[in-house]
Amino acid sequence: MSSKKNKKLTPVQQEYQTFAKIREPKRPVFQNCVRAFLVGGIICTIGQGLQWIFMKYFKFTQETAGNPSTAVLIIISILLTGLGVFDHIAQWGGAGTAVPVTGFANTISSAAIEHRSEGYVLGVGGNMFKIAGPVIVYGVVSAFIVAIIKITIKWLGGM
Amino acid sequence: MEKFIWAFIVGGGICVIGQILMDVFRLTPAHTMCTLVVAGAVLGGLGLYDPLVKFAGAGASVPISSFGNSLLKGAILESQQNGIIGALTGIFEITSSGISAAIVFGFLASLIFKSKG
Repeated sequence: MSSKKNKKLTPVQQEYQTFAKIREPKRPVFQNCVRAFLVGGIICTIGQGLQWIFMKYFKFTQETAGNPSTAVLIIISILLTGLGVFDHIAQWGGAGTAVPVTGFANTISSAAIEHRSEGYVLGVGGNMFKIAGPVIVYGVVSAFIVAIIKITIKWLGGM
Repeated sequence: MEKFIWAFIVGGGICVIGQILMDVFRLTPAHTMCTLVVAGAVLGGLGLYDPLVKFAGAGASVPISSFGNSLLKGAILESQQNGIIGALTGIFEITSSGISAAIVFGFLASLIFKSKG
């Protein structure tokens, strides 16, 4: 893609692009992965602990305990976002906080808090799903397509 | 106890995949999350995600990829009862707790907290 983009640029601009590429700080991929593994693993272990609590004290089953513990994780991460703690964890953990459901909650609440000054309807209401929206859209569309394929296969098999 | 260790390893592993997508393939966090959600729905369709949840517990159900799987599961369950229209009515069946909690508490947070910076 980048070579296609470069063709439209003048030689001077191309020169600058290569210059910028060399000067760009190298991302410490391995270190980031280790951090993501640790933070993501810890968040999932907390989720497992919550599931265990819901199973032991609130009579949820193995199947149903996932939903309330996800909701609790979402509430915790929204609180941490509001208190300004989440940013520090996310800075260190990278994808470790973005990939679990905590990242989803963080994008919703941070967008809501950030756009509060634009009013409660258009600011908070309109921007809440600015970042989380694509995840829901692509999730629903892909799930719908896969579901239709599965139903069709089953229907053909049942003929 | 064993389950906690597997939750840690599998959950951490999925996050490493996300980190690689971000660092090596230069995707934005939003693109990474979308990719993982679609991957979760496709793996769910192939029947591979539920065994993973059974095996790793929260390690597979907390990452965002389980969102795609849950959407698919709701659609399939409802369509078994109500036919093809169930794919539309049931798609949020399982994930509604997560989405509602995020909307309600996100809104409350915007009432309480002020943005910094």
